Amino acid sequence: MAVLLIAEHNNKELRPFTLNAATAASQIDTEVHAVIIGQNSESAAKKLSELPVIKKVISIEAPHYENFTAENFTPAIVKLAENYSHIVCSANTFGKNLMPRVAAHLDTSQVSDIIKVISPDTFLRPIYAGNAFATVKTNDTKKCVTIRPTSFEPCERTGGTATIEKGEAGEEFSNTKFIKREEIKSDRPELGTARIVVSGGRGMQSGDNFKLITEVADKLGAAIGASRAAVDAGYISNDHQVGQTGKVVVPDLYIAIGISGAIQHLAGMKESKVIVAINKDGEAPIFSVADYGLEADLFEALPQFMEELNKLNTIQK
Amino acid sequence: MKILVAVKRVIDYNVQIRVKEDGSGVVTDNVKMSTNPPDDNAIEEAVKIKEAGKATEIVAITVGEEKAQETVRKALAVGADKGIHVKTEGVLEPLAVSKILQKIVEKEKPDLVFMGKQAIDDDCNQTGQMLSALLNWPQATFASNIEVKDNSLEVTREIDEGLETVEINIPAIVTCDLRLNEPRYASLPNIMKAKKKPIEEINVSDLGIDITPRVQQLKVEEPPKRKAGIKVANVAELVQKLKNEAKVI
Repeated sequence: MAVLLIAEHNNKELRPFTLNAATAASQIDTEVHAVIIGQNSESAAKKLSELPVIKKVISIEAPHYENFTAENFTPAIVKLAENYSHIVCSANTFGKNLMPRVAAHLDTSQVSDIIKVISPDTFLRPIYAGNAFATVKTNDTKKCVTIRPTSFEPCERTGGTATIEKGEAGEEFSNTKFIKREEIKSDRPELGTARIVVSGGRGMQSGDNFKLITEVADKLGAAIGASRAAVDAGYISNDHQVGQTGKVVVPDLYIAIGISGAIQHLAGMKESKVIVAINKDGEAPIFSVADYGLEADLFEALPQFMEELNKLNTIQK
Repeated sequence: MKILVAVKRVIDYNVQIRVKEDGSGVVTDNVKMSTNPPDDNAIEEAVKIKEAGKATEIVAITVGEEKAQETVRKALAVGADKGIHVKTEGVLEPLAVSKILQKIVEKEKPDLVFMGKQAIDDDCNQTGQMLSALLNWPQATFASNIEVKDNSLEVTREIDEGLETVEINIPAIVTCDLRLNEPRYASLPNIMKAKKKPIEEINVSDLGIDITPRVQQLKVEEPPKRKAGIKVANVAELVQKLKNEAKVI
């Protein structure tokens, strides 16, 4: 039986992690179908059909799908699931919210947040904030799997010509009402997919001081991250949080500034290719994962860092 | 209004996790255990709602071995009225826990069920959503703000793109984010009083559900170690290394 991928989108575009989830799905089985549930989402469905790893797209539209509530999505997915061995989506807040609801209806024990497909029923997943890796084998006949997007490369975007079929909408769930979504718009790269991430922690001391980080991030074309301490202190909004319960990032370069390196933060960034830590406490745990550590007062180091970057002839973007 | 709050006993978040040499799991003997951190937020929120006069009773429940009861006792010390301990041995998957909670919900008939959004041991992030599926109740996951209305809750959810607000009719499930509130500490007199509060013990076998694990843990291993890095003397050296050695800028 084939694998069913649940596409994440905003009714116009596919959300980027759909591509990573598609890659993971294609490693489970070459026959990957994708379901896209929304309202007026034809253009996103079209883009989905162009992913070469997708063999068939099922598009389900109804007004009550406009805001992607799990309670509305679930019956439609459960009905489709009859024909599939695996249901797959990203382990971001979309998939984390939705998949367990689907799994419980299917009486399946979900496998969350996998980082590797070992075989169609065996997966590698981090536990204890990534301090241990567990190899797990699921014995359920129908398998619900969420994938850690940063552990799989995005699939090719074009070249595919999957057919788009219309699927049947499910009933509306009337006890949940969507009120609003406050998305923070930014011209910077998305945190989850950026090549460089510059993050600040409690050491920044105030929200105003984050402008020092903004300057460096702008210069490097980087996304801005933060530790939970910085978000809790109100220096920056929650969508920037990196860590066990925030976002997991795997950039080429991660610069941690004024971040001590709590286990929960390391869980979100320690797979980054190159890690830089700037902290005035030479004993801070962040230095244990840093490739390059600079023991310095960030309020002196950051202006100097800008100066040095300005001296460079070229900066990779 | 009655609120049921589910709490889980996990390795304390400050403990450095060690993987057992035989690959069968992580070391839990002689390791400090605590309530799963966002479950503390769930209890705190329930107590705040009761203090605001909008709830009349808080029941704290845990599922697990003998010692798991400590987490219920702690919940009683910060304001829960009554405890339930469903006794089990061995591995419990979120699906099994949600089936157990479903049975307890049918018996206790709470208006709301709160719990943490994720347990920091298995990092599954499933139980609340599964329970709401089994009950066919609305779910508000990753809650960072809750407003109690007449017959509903308005909940702000932390999502990847920012914040989302939903209104869910009661009865409902809420899974709590760490930013929902600041959990209080239990005072000594309240810890003493909590010792007199009732904890009902239920054997899982009496609930008549199958909790056999479906997912086998074949092996647990340490993640690959990063090779040791270096300390640089100054910013100029750092930028030079990033440019010429690591070649990332």
